Order: sequence, then C-alpha cells, then structure tokens
Amino acid sequence: MSGLPPYASTGQRIWYYAFRVICGLIFFFLIAPILTIIPLSFNAEDFFTFTPGMLAFEADAYSLKHYQDFLTSPDWQAALRNSLSIAPVATLLSVSFGTLAAIGLSQDHVPFRRAIMAILISPMIVPLIISAAGMYFFYSRIGLQGTYVGVVLAHAALGIPFVIITVTATLVGFDRSLTRASASMGANPVTTFFKVQMPLILPGVISGGLFAFITSFDEVVVVLFVGSAAQKTLPWQMFIGLREQISPTILAVATILVAISVVLLTVVELLRRRSERLRGMSPG
Amino acid sequence: MSDTTDAAGRIISADGRPLKSSLNRALRREKLRALALIAPLLIFVLITFIAPIADMLFRSVENDIVSNTMPRTVASLRDWDSTSGEVPGAGVFESAYFDLAVAAQKKLHSQLGTRLNYELTGMSSMFRRTGRRMDDVGEVYMDQFAALDQAWESPEVWAAMIGDADWLASEKAWAKAQNPGTPPPAFEVKEGAQAALPLTAALYKDFAAYLRLNDGDSPTQEEPWPVFYAALYTDLINRPDAATAFSGADAQRLQTSAAAVTNFEAVDYKAAFVKADDGWGQVNTWATIKAFSPKYTPGYFLNAVDMQKTPQGISAQPESQQIYILLFKRTLFLSLTIMFSCIALGYPVAWLLANLPARSANLLLILVLLPFWTSLLVRTSAWKVLLQQQGVINDTLVWIGLVNDTDRLVLINNQFGTIVAMTHILLPFMILPLYSVMKTIPPSYLRAAKSLGATNWTAFWRVYFPQSVPGIGAGSILVFILSIGYYITPELVGGTTGTFISNRIAYHISSSLNWGLAAALGTILLVVVLALYWAYDRIVGIDNVKLGG
Amino acid sequence: MTFSRLSILSITATIAAAPLAVAQDMANSMTIISWGGAYQVSQTKAYFEPYQKLHPEVKIITDESSNEAVAKLRAMNEAGNITWDLVDVTAADAMRLCDEGLALEYDPDELLADAPDGTPASEDFGDLIVSDCFIPQIVYSITFGYRSDVAEWNGKEPDDICDVFDLKTFPGQRSLEKRPINNMEWALLCDGVAKEDIYDVLATNEGQDRAFAKLDTIKDSVVWWSAGADTPQLLADGEVVIGSTYNGRLFSVIVEQNQPVKMLWDAQVYDLDGWIIPTGLPADRLARVKDFVYFATDTQRLADQAAYISYGPARASSAPLVGKHADLGIDMAPHMPTDPANATNTFLQNYEWWADYRDDLDAKFQAWLAK
Repeated sequence: MSGLPPYASTGQRIWYYAFRVICGLIFFFLIAPILTIIPLSFNAEDFFTFTPGMLAFEADAYSLKHYQDFLTSPDWQAALRNSLSIAPVATLLSVSFGTLAAIGLSQDHVPFRRAIMAILISPMIVPLIISAAGMYFFYSRIGLQGTYVGVVLAHAALGIPFVIITVTATLVGFDRSLTRASASMGANPVTTFFKVQMPLILPGVISGGLFAFITSFDEVVVVLFVGSAAQKTLPWQMFIGLREQISPTILAVATILVAISVVLLTVVELLRRRSERLRGMSPG
Repeated sequence: MSDTTDAAGRIISADGRPLKSSLNRALRREKLRALALIAPLLIFVLITFIAPIADMLFRSVENDIVSNTMPRTVASLRDWDSTSGEVPGAGVFESAYFDLAVAAQKKLHSQLGTRLNYELTGMSSMFRRTGRRMDDVGEVYMDQFAALDQAWESPEVWAAMIGDADWLASEKAWAKAQNPGTPPPAFEVKEGAQAALPLTAALYKDFAAYLRLNDGDSPTQEEPWPVFYAALYTDLINRPDAATAFSGADAQRLQTSAAAVTNFEAVDYKAAFVKADDGWGQVNTWATIKAFSPKYTPGYFLNAVDMQKTPQGISAQPESQQIYILLFKRTLFLSLTIMFSCIALGYPVAWLLANLPARSANLLLILVLLPFWTSLLVRTSAWKVLLQQQGVINDTLVWIGLVNDTDRLVLINNQFGTIVAMTHILLPFMILPLYSVMKTIPPSYLRAAKSLGATNWTAFWRVYFPQSVPGIGAGSILVFILSIGYYITPELVGGTTGTFISNRIAYHISSSLNWGLAAALGTILLVVVLALYWAYDRIVGIDNVKLGG
Repeated sequence: MTFSRLSILSITATIAAAPLAVAQDMANSMTIISWGGAYQVSQTKAYFEPYQKLHPEVKIITDESSNEAVAKLRAMNEAGNITWDLVDVTAADAMRLCDEGLALEYDPDELLADAPDGTPASEDFGDLIVSDCFIPQIVYSITFGYRSDVAEWNGKEPDDICDVFDLKTFPGQRSLEKRPINNMEWALLCDGVAKEDIYDVLATNEGQDRAFAKLDTIKDSVVWWSAGADTPQLLADGEVVIGSTYNGRLFSVIVEQNQPVKMLWDAQVYDLDGWIIPTGLPADRLARVKDFVYFATDTQRLADQAAYISYGPARASSAPLVGKHADLGIDMAPHMPTDPANATNTFLQNYEWWADYRDDLDAKFQAWLAK
C-alpha cells in the first residue's frame, strides 16, 4: 500500500481511502483514552467529567490544583517515594541475575534449556492474580508478607522474563569470535565481559531493565497482596483512589506517568537504533 | 601422525589425552559454565516464584486443621459409622470436649468452625457458642477438686506435680533472672506422671508449650485451664492407683482425690454439648466432621467446579449456589471475544504499518507503543471517564443528538465495558507480533499473484493471509493468556456481569478468607494457562517473543 | 570508563541505602489502618493531627485497608510479622478477629481515659463494647440517599425504605452494596415480613428465594458498590438516583459538597465501628499505640470527630459536647444517626446469624448476581 498507482480503478480508490479511514479510527481508539485524561487533569472542579466551562475553554475552568495536590499530599508523596525505592532495587536484581543467566542460556550446549527457559519465563505467563495469591500465602509463611524485602523480591521475579527475553534477543546477533579474540589477546573472562561483551549487549540490558522497571513501577496486583501500608506504591494509591476517594488527582498523576512513558519510549527507541547500528557493524 | 594417535588408534590431543574424552571434557566444562551462569537466577526464581506457586497448589488440598484441632475426636470417630443414622456415643463426646476445651483456650475453635462452615452452614456459630461453654464444664470438676483441697487451684502445685524436676529447677532460675526477652525453658513431663495421668499430662504439656510460644510465660505463673480438672477426674477414675507414681504431698493429694472422685458429680458431656448447641445432636454435624477429618481433601477442588463433598459422597451443588462453572465459561467467552476484537482491530493496523515506508511506519508505531507503555491503571481510569453514563462518550452522543439525554447508554459496569477497555489494553500485544511477521512477507508475492490474474481479494486471501497466520497465532495466544488472568480492569469497569474468575479468587483471598477455595480456583486457571503456554511454545517458540518493536 | 564505573558505584550505593532509610523510618512510625474517604479525613483532623502536634517524633502511616483487615491480619499472624499497629474495623469484624485471637483483649478502665466527671470508661462506653477486643469509636448507620432533582419523580420524594423497590413511582438507577448483608433484610422487610421475623425467614430456603425474588424486581436498575465512596460519587455524578451507603459519606456529599442529595432515614441499619489492636506487637510499639488510643478515645476527641463527619460518638459523655461543623458552622446533632428524629425506625443487624450464613448466602448471592 505504498501509494496508489495512477491506473487504480474507482473501486480501488474508494477501498484505498476507506481502509485509511478505518486504520485512522483504530489509531484514534488506541490513543483517545490517553488524550482525554490530560485535559481532565487540569479540571478546576473535583469531578471526573468535563464541565461546561471546560468545553467553552474558559480559563478559570482549568487549574493546576490537582498537580499541586499530588505534590503536597503526604499520601501521594509517600507513594512516590515507595515506588522509587522499590522499583530500582527490583530492577537491579532482575537485571544482574537476568543478564548472567541470559549469557548462560545463549551458550551452545545448555542442558535442559527448554525447561529452564520455561521456568524463567513463567512469571510473565502465570496470571498475575495467581502469582499474587501464591506469593501472599508463601511469603506469609516465611515472614516476608508486608515487608519491603518481600515486595522487592516479588517485583524482581516479575521483571526477570523481560530481561531474559531482551538480552537473549541481543545475544542472538552477538559474534562469539569477539570474545575469543579478546581471550586470545590475554584478557581474563571478567575483563572480556565488561570491555567486549557488555558494551555490545548493553542496549538489550538497558531496555530489559526499563521493562523490569516499568513492570515494578506499574504493578498493582502483587503489591496489593504482598505489600503493606508502608510499601504503598503509586499504582496502589491510584487503585485505592479509583475504588475509594475518587479524585482527579489520579488524572494528574496519570498525566505525569504518561509523560514519563513518552520519555522512556524515546529512550528505548534510541537504544534499539543504536543496537541495530552496532550489530550492523559486527561481522556475520 | 603417529605421535597424535595412541596404541588403540585414538586421536590424542596436545595434553596427551584421547581427543574424544578431551572434547567431552570441554563440552562438560562448557555445560557446567552455562549452568553456573544460569544457576543464581534459577535459584532466585525457584524461591521467589515457583515455591509460592507450589505452596498455593498445596493449599488447595491441605486440610489438616480438623485433625490438628480435634485429634482425639478424629481418632474416636474412626469407629463410628456415619450411615448408621445414630449420633456417636459418649466416648466421642468426651474426646470432643477435651479437644474443644483446649482449642477454645488457644482460640482455635472458631477458625475450625469457619472452615467447617464452608461445608455445613451453622458450624461457625456452633463452634463459637460451644467454645464459650467449655470452661463451664471444666469448672464443675474444678470446684469439686478445690473443695477437696485448696492446693488444686495453685499453678505451682500443678507444675510441680507434672513437671520434671530438672525442668522445675531451670524454670526457677529463669524466673529469678527476670529477663523479659528470653522464653522460659521448654516443658518436660515428669517420668511416671505420663503413665499415671496420661490425659492430664498431655493437656498440661500442650498448655505449657502454648504459654511459652505465645506469651513467653511459664505455667508456674498462669492459672491452670479448667479442662485439667476434667482430665484429672477421668485419669483418676481410670487409674485409681495413680498416686503410687508420685511422692510426697503430690502422692497424698492424689490419694485423697482418687478416693473422692467416685463420689463426684460427673458431667454428661453429650448433654453439655447439646445444651450448648443442638447441632451436636444431629448426625449430619458428626458426619461432616468425619468426612473432612483427613489431612488432605478434594473438597476445595469439588467446590471450584460446583460440586460438593458430602458425608453421602460427591454431588452437585444446589443450583442456586452454582457459580464457578459459569464464571470459568464467562472468563473463556470474554477472553475469546477480546482476542477476536484484537485480531479485527490489530490486523489492518499491522498491515498498514508493515506496508508503509519505514519513516511513517515508525511514527505510527509510536501511537501503538504509547498505550503499551502507559500504566494499566491510567488506561482503565481513562475508560471510566469515557464510558460513564455522564461520561465523555454519552455526553458527545447527547450533544450530537443521537441519544436522548434521559436514556443515556449503559456502557460501563457490564461486559461491554470490560470488552472495550481490555481490547484497548491488549491491542498492542496483538499488533506487535503481527507487525513483525508481516514485515517479513515480501510484497512481491502479492504483485506476482495479481500479475497472474488474481483479484485483489484472492491475492490477499490465498497468498498474503496464509503467510500472516503465524503472527495471528502468536498474538492471539498472547492476548488470550494475558486476558484470562486479568483482575484490575474487570474489577473497576466490569460491574457484576463483566468480571472474571480472577475477581472471585481475589474475593476469596481477601474477603471470605476461604483460601483453600481460592487456591483451587487458581490452580485450575493455572492449568489452563500452562496448556496455552505449551501450545504457544509449540506454535511460535518462546524464544521468538518480541517486546516493544 | 572510570567515571562511569564511579557513577555506577554511587548509584548502587544510593540504591542499597534506600531500604536502610526506610527501615529507620519504621522505628518511630505507627501504621494505622482505616477506611479512607471522608471518614479517614475526620480521623486525621480529630485524632492524627492533634496527636502528632503533641508527639512530633511519631510518624503516622495510614492505609485504607480496613476492608481486607481480617484477611491481612490473618496473613500477618501466620507470618509472625505484624506490620499494623492499630486497625479501624466494624463490630462484626472485631468479633471475628477477637474469636481468632488476632485482636488484643483489653481492660477498658485500664486502657481508656475516664470521662471528665470521673465515670470509668467501661461505663461511659457501656454496652457498645460488644467484644473484649473492640474499642468503640462511633455509631453509624447504613442508609439511603437520593437525588432531590429527579424530574421523572414529579416532585415526589422517597420517605419509606420500600420506595427503593418502587420503580414505578421512583424510576432510575439504584446503588446497593455488592453483598447479601442488609440487602436481604431490606428485601424481606419490603416483601411484608415483620422486622422481628426476618432472620427466621431468611434462614429457610423459601425465605432466601423470597428475598432474591424481591431483589429481582429491581436487579436491572442496580449498580453494585463495594467501596463506601462509590454511592456518594454515583449520586453526585447523577449515575444513580438512590443508593445505600454510610450516613457520614452522604452527609459530606449533601452538606460539604452541596450536591442535590437528601437522606432517607427509614429502616437504616445501625452499626458500630472502632479500633482493635493486633496481637503480637512488640512491647515498644504496643506502648506507643496504647498511648495513642488513650488520647484518641477520650471524651473530647470523640466529640471532635463529630465536627467533621456525622457519626455519633461512642461515649455517652461525648454527646453533649457535639457542636457545630468545623468548617461550615452548622449544628451536627440533627445529622447524627443517634438523633431521635432520625432514629424512629431503625434496624439491628444480627452479627451471630451472619457469621453462620455469610458463606452460604454469599455463594447464592454471587450466583444470583451472575445470572
């Protein structure tokens, strides 16, 4: 569909444009919900709906008060702090274990590869509610329920499949002769890893890390069960907000999160391009 | 070559070993190194993730609360035939008294009542009410013993009578040290006391262990439980010569008591139980306790598929209580609907993306990736805003004049709300695999088909579509697996008809506290998902999962 | 390279230090669990903020988990790691927790302050101490609110509980709680069962079918709520025209947010709410929480809470001190469920009965909902 040939019949023309309109509508469906909440977050009223003033674009129907609310409310601030103290640690755990394991998995002879892969990927496949239930019961038994460590471990486990998948994907294109070359020139395995292998698979590691971070940062089901009040994260606070005290502050938070997503998305895209460039340069 | 082969003609490597074994060694070393790299993560996942899942599977059949709380009753019910139509004999009621009196002291009886109430309505209050009356029974004997000898009311006397001499000594040292952080020494029964007063000694041991674990207290300082007097009475009736095993004041007191107990007013346990709650006089109560006395039960799984285990065998739940099969069916139906909606919406978009020049495709891809990266809760709340009766969509429809202000459409808190919101949330998971498959289909095939005279439709349907089927398969299974376990979105927009089995699992975990049933429902769901995962691995291969373009 | 390794090191160090900082925070913090919404705001204003002014060293962490309190406490107890210090629960939940040994039994006269005139706490609270673990706080009721601007009602306003079931005179969506408790009783009451026979009738299969049949008549017009804030929000948004919820939540919609909503005081269900202290707290935390409870349940504090929300204080000695709304300056007494004008026809829930029938009726209720 790269352009309409000049000899196209009327029917083809109609279909060509109709198809574009259909696709446009689907894109609208994808993006509209996110676009709706952005203006609503500037609502001067405490409602979830557009006020007549907003529709008439009156300046005083808009305000930043919900953003102010988010920045000053101790509840939201505590939730933000918790999210920021849980997600990085969980990410660090999944990235460091995950990268090592991905390197191990990409070797030529790995016994029980399929079974190991299935186990490592399982946190992504098993429905969250089941993971949450299992962790709730088991962490209760071993004294981790309602603790910071428990939430971090749970989130690290959930992030691992993403790291495994992205890092093994970069390793597929990795030229093994580079490590051999490095070894033959006298580098020890650790030096080889940090100086040769790591820079090349770094884009995969970082984007896996970003996925793991987002998984933890956006996760609500498991933290609801495994966490306690002292580990209340942003999504948890939002969930309570949606179920309990319905306030547009949620929409302000949502808008901020969308902005963060856009930034992260750009980072991932840039990394992907860099990875393609790097791998394009390597032989084979 | 002679220097590189050995006598048997095997090739020798540089270190003098046969090449074959040397290669094998290298291979083994390589395997070990790979495993060593994988091991930390594997252990981590096994502990933090697989163990919890295994624990859940275990909970779905675990049922040791009955035999742990009422061990004596379970043992004496073994000889009772639940089909006889007769309430068990006095021996069972006596066992039940000792079990429940101890359980009531430890506050375990109402948990057992709650457990059995899942099977027979009314058990909960029966256990609670009965638990409250148990002390009255023991006090009948307590008063008689106290009237005989004031010493029977003293905690120290009991401790000295049943406790081992060494234990008594270390307990004294502990009490003197007055160290609140350390628990008292573990209780030991005196040699001889166990044989002479078996029931009393067993209960007392339980008492001492309970105090030590829960309050960090020693039995020498706590009032003895009333049930001890009933136990002592039973022991003395059974073994009038029990005093011979003791010495000093203990022996004397037991001697006089043993002589006196035959004239004591005895409690009719059965009458006391039936007075506390008439449920104890019904065969069904006992039959249920007996039916659920084994340590493992299929009961939760039966409940999870709308069946029940009754003393008469396995049967279907009454129709008014059947809900889980319906919920499983609905979960499947909604997941399938969402999956097909995703195919219908995702296919054209993926096709467009795959056939546009890279620059514009990348730009449009952002429109797909942005929702994918946006918080699930944000998207769900957006749909709440859009779909409400006073929400954006209804407002727009009213404003255009398509809908009357008084009969706005009900778009949320029903299946429609769940389908729309979840289709939106899962659509990127369909588009991305489809897109990556379609990008590999050369456009020249379509042109070739057309140049050979195929119409547009035939060219698409016979040439292009079959090649895109792997993408549809991958996307469908991914969407289906994800949607079947959804909890948050249906909870917020699903109302009563748009909720999934997950919502019921969450309900049983946090509200009804029927954790066994929650685990059984979760296990069934897990089996379905694992079967799908297996299919996914078969069709696409798990290595081929791609994320975020 | 050196630079990046340094920065990685420092990032690692920061991350490693984060949990330590959290752990230190915990040492002086007290986790209090409540219901969220307007109710928790009233507690914050009347108890938490004044207490923190007196004890700036104590950090109060709040959480809106009272709904799942029994489940979470049971899990914590199994884990042997109690992270909550004080929990706001209904009387029924307090009884359940006390039965299971998850809540601390206390002596009212030792733990709680005397009334200003010297009346001991046990007398001041009287028979509202329904369980050995329950520290009463407020008397509330579950009742209906309705919109006063519904055109289709032709100026009529509901004044009888059975108007909820009358779709002809009062058309529109209703909101009811997504559980059988209260709904079954109201249904039977409006199906002609006398108040005192309700639980006997409800214990039979026919009685349950009768209640469901009555609920069937309005089922298509019902939005089911599970959080206390739902009905006020639904009423304010105009999503429903009549709905059940806690009377205090309705008060804040009517009086504080000035919405066109009114109260229906008929056959409202009386209930109690209060604190429980979990068992198994270490001595220092127990001492801290006891100090807070002593402060937060004294006569003045309970009366203060009534300045923010229309729940009746549980102490007899607090009632005369109930004054005006803190911000609006209106008299609070007429908005209390305990006010004689509002309490002409009230309904008492049977906790014990529900403890038995909850599982059974809940399964039936959910099956009924799903059909």
